[in-house]
Amino acid sequence: MSFDPRAQRQSATFPPEVLAEIQRAADTGLYDIRGFGAKRRLPGFDDLVFLGASMSRYPLEGYRESCETGVTIGTRFAKKPIELKIPITIAGMSFGALGANAKEALGRAATAMGTSTTTGDGGMTPEERGSSKTLVYQVLPSRYGLNPDDLRRADALELVVGQGAKPGGGGMLLGQKITERVAGMRTLPEGIDQRSACRHPDWTGPDDLEIKLGELREITDWQIPIYIKVGATRTRYDVQLAVKAGADAIVVDGMQGGTAATQDVFIEHVGIPTLPAVRIAVEALKEMGMHRKVQLIVSGGIRSGADVAKALALGADAVSIGSAAMVALGCNKPVYPQDYAAIGTQAGCCHHCHTGRCPVGVATQDPALEARLDPEQGARWLRNYLTTMTLELQTIARACGKSNVRNLEPEDMVALSMEAAAMARVPLAGTDWIPGS
Amino acid sequence: MREFDLREQKVRDLNAQLHSHNGSQASDGYRVRHPNGAHAVAAGIDAPLDVEIDGHVGYYCAGMNQHAEVHISGTAGSGLAENIMSGTVRLRGNASQYAAASGHGGLVVIEGDASARCGISMKGVDIVVGGSVGHMAAFMAQAGNLVICGDAGHHLGDSIYEARLFVRGAVASLGADCVEKPMADEHREIVRELLERAGIDADPGEFRRYGSARKLYHFNVDHADAY
Repeated sequence: MSFDPRAQRQSATFPPEVLAEIQRAADTGLYDIRGFGAKRRLPGFDDLVFLGASMSRYPLEGYRESCETGVTIGTRFAKKPIELKIPITIAGMSFGALGANAKEALGRAATAMGTSTTTGDGGMTPEERGSSKTLVYQVLPSRYGLNPDDLRRADALELVVGQGAKPGGGGMLLGQKITERVAGMRTLPEGIDQRSACRHPDWTGPDDLEIKLGELREITDWQIPIYIKVGATRTRYDVQLAVKAGADAIVVDGMQGGTAATQDVFIEHVGIPTLPAVRIAVEALKEMGMHRKVQLIVSGGIRSGADVAKALALGADAVSIGSAAMVALGCNKPVYPQDYAAIGTQAGCCHHCHTGRCPVGVATQDPALEARLDPEQGARWLRNYLTTMTLELQTIARACGKSNVRNLEPEDMVALSMEAAAMARVPLAGTDWIPGS
Repeated sequence: MREFDLREQKVRDLNAQLHSHNGSQASDGYRVRHPNGAHAVAAGIDAPLDVEIDGHVGYYCAGMNQHAEVHISGTAGSGLAENIMSGTVRLRGNASQYAAASGHGGLVVIEGDASARCGISMKGVDIVVGGSVGHMAAFMAQAGNLVICGDAGHHLGDSIYEARLFVRGAVASLGADCVEKPMADEHREIVRELLERAGIDADPGEFRRYGSARKLYHFNVDHADAY
């Protein structure tokens, strides 16, 4: 029988990547573990557009009229709230997942831009503290390296209940990245596969959490803000319970949020996208009369000034970027093709943070690979990127007639898809219809 | 010895006063009366103070303690001496859940019983329990010693790393990857020294030792049923 390529049809249920995954699972008997965030198509900020000025709206002049970008985080209880010059912060990423050069670059860039950066699972390094003017210290379920000295050295605390890439799951750092220093910081044997806890060891449920926050306040003498970070799932309840627990700020991380390593099934199938999460979180705060009193920071797949503008227009006070900051440092850049190939991937598709063999020296503990990222150069790249995002954000805000980016509002936007209209509760473009309203 | 009466003064006032010594070598003495279950009493001390608490405390008493000697004549709520770094916390009664959770150093003595998850996530702290402990004690315990003079509840040492567990009484069951190990002279010496520091009279020779089988340190399909 002759072979006709036109008659070859791949299964929509079993496309090549699904076939490959089934056969990989059959070979290994283990779920796929990887880095980065969700790769599937999800309803997102791309499905929203701004209306801009028109006869009934008065725009601001792009290069002449000011457009404020500053935001204060932690105005509820903390004696020393954080003042940010731009509403774009750097998300928590651990030393261990990232190399020291990458962490230093994040700190330097954030400092230069007047924004904050965040520690991660594994504790605070002196280099990170030294390079970061405003450093948010995460209190995670693992409590690796957690100590009261660093608590008091921090400018804010972020109690992490969950993260968007894996709500309900703990951290994971495979043995190849557990070097002597990383192991020492985490009080673990060198080279083992480290599985962080998914729950905190000393509180269970929202009533305990309120008491836990009280203890952290006492230890830090009520000086610094305390954030609560949740992965986007039951966002309305989580936000309201975080307010009840006494948070100064709430970080809601949508399912596009990245990770250095977790199960693929977690990344792709648990949590809700950032788009509906923002709107739900804002509604939850408004319902309690706490919108703008407890600041909302949104993360998970933020890539551009347009994304920032849309998150702020929906009611967020600031956003946080993790994956995008890594990309600015060189993640997935088309350099060192042979090194991408050696770990079975190529630039643009790499999600191999978990291997510790990051070709561009960002997510690695290997000294030779790490040397590929000069912290000064990395800081310059990230600073440029943050500057670009801020200019984009201001461009949109001015076009909508806003002299402060936080004056952007849902009424400035319409949706391009029914899903986005329903999730963001803004009208479908060309109609006054909001599904579900 | 300076006195605080928590019927009349706030925990905030007490802790602010205790913290005023942080970073110093002050060895001042404090007596705290009528804690009445208040939370975070004497949390966050970083000085070699001597703090006597007369009565029952709520959650997180002596949390993250550094250098201080904190004695509690009563029972303690959840998270006693959580994340303790150094110093000693001694409880003359019973402790609720998560006692000494994620403790990095120092000594925690519970003269009575401890509830569930005692020593969970411990990272170097030494814990001596005069009575028994509840279920899931030393869950994911990374380092340090847990000495239990009574019995241990179910799933002792589940997913344990390198911490050492010593039990004199019965163990209801062991958790994933936790196994009994031989008790050598060096281990009896560890128990003897900790009992002495705790002021608890017990024969180190009556204890059995438990620790990690280290089979879950690397993902392996043949061990998947252990999770």
